[in-house]
Amino acid sequence: MKDYIYEVARIRVMENGLLTGADFEQLLAAPDRNAALAYLADKGWGGGAGTLDAPAMLKAEEDAAWALMRELLGDGRELDILRLTRDYHNLKAAVKDGYAASGLPPERLYLEGGTIPAEEIREAVREEHFDRLPDAMQEAAATAWQTLSRTGDGQLCDTILDKAALDALTAAAKEAPDPVLAIYAVTTAVSADIRIALRAAAAGKSAAEIVPMLAEVPDINSTLLAEAAAGGRSGAAEYLRSTPYGVLADALSRSMSAFDCACDNLMIERIRPQKSEALTLGPLAAYVIARETEIKSVRLLLTGLENGLPREQIRESLRQCYG
Amino acid sequence: MNMGMLSDNLGIVYALLGAALATFLAGSGSAIGVGMGGRAAAGVLTEKPELFAKVLILQLLPGTQGIYGLLVAFVVLGKIGILGGTAPTAAEGLLFLAACLPIGVAGLISAIHQGKASVASISLLAKRPDSFGRAMLLPAMVETYAILALLVSLLTVARL
Repeated sequence: MKDYIYEVARIRVMENGLLTGADFEQLLAAPDRNAALAYLADKGWGGGAGTLDAPAMLKAEEDAAWALMRELLGDGRELDILRLTRDYHNLKAAVKDGYAASGLPPERLYLEGGTIPAEEIREAVREEHFDRLPDAMQEAAATAWQTLSRTGDGQLCDTILDKAALDALTAAAKEAPDPVLAIYAVTTAVSADIRIALRAAAAGKSAAEIVPMLAEVPDINSTLLAEAAAGGRSGAAEYLRSTPYGVLADALSRSMSAFDCACDNLMIERIRPQKSEALTLGPLAAYVIARETEIKSVRLLLTGLENGLPREQIRESLRQCYG
Repeated sequence: MNMGMLSDNLGIVYALLGAALATFLAGSGSAIGVGMGGRAAAGVLTEKPELFAKVLILQLLPGTQGIYGLLVAFVVLGKIGILGGTAPTAAEGLLFLAACLPIGVAGLISAIHQGKASVASISLLAKRPDSFGRAMLLPAMVETYAILALLVSLLTVARL
């Protein structure tokens, strides 16, 4: 079995640069968004360019995490699972943009950093050459495109592609080269299943209609979840309490944003044991997940500061730190 | 070498086999352990070159087993008529072989595990550069068992 001794040792040093709870307290104490950006720039965020442009800074940090992985792993295919959701986001954007011809610039619609370039997906969909897409995407892309062209129902198109994304994630989890990647895929699929079930139930779908929209994930019974979703967030929370994901139930009862936060926190808790791993791919995957979660927290914090939200409200939305 | 010559020197053959195993097994373990430590050290030094001296010590910790194996092999060679002493009988040769096994086998296994402990300690040092003492103590614990094996091998060889 391949080991990752050099790579993990480098990641251990890089983990020192992750933001801690104390850093977030400093950021919360900042008088305004610019002061928070200046603090981040002092910590080396934005590639040391000293920029106070928040989107550029956050993008530079996202790119830096993946650039490090490419440096350590070559093409970084081992971590493809972490990028799968971007591919399906881009596919959804390509199908909808191809149908509606929104004319929006690609950078507003597509995410960088997927396993295949967004431009390739866009071209394949625009020219209806779905065979240019990866095998797992082809059927879903063609079905979503035909459905949207025939019915104009964007929600149905979303349902098809969301399901395909979840199926791809759960399939990848079974062949994941490290348990951390399987944890990521399953936790992501579970939280997505719950969101889909609640959204569909709110749109008046029956349990029988909801079940096919959900991915099959361990420890979650699709039928029971679909039935529970009819009772709204509290119904789904009640069902969650009977599963190993009971820790998410209280947050789900409160609000969807609290639920999103709890899902991210659960992920961080589950990857935390990687801090004591020295030989496997796990710490690398954990680092990428931790960085993406950290960047998400900073984005929420900056948005909160910009909109003048109360500090306590911003604090509640922040994710747990891995660092 | 014909079969008659081989049977006449069977004692030396067994003893040499023991010396070879002590050197080869313990040395291989050390090579693996030091190699693992080296890769972890390189990872840390890429980002923090100032930790060179500290990580070098941690990297070298699994190297001692190879030296122990070499030491036992030298003592054996000094007693079987190669560097000194007299040629052993077949029975004595087998005893030399048996005496070399503890440091050979325990050296191999302990060096590999000490290498893994060193890798973990180098990671600890990367996170907390001020924890060098603790980081060194943890892989050093594994050394105990290599020293016990060395003692058994050395005392036995010395008595033969």
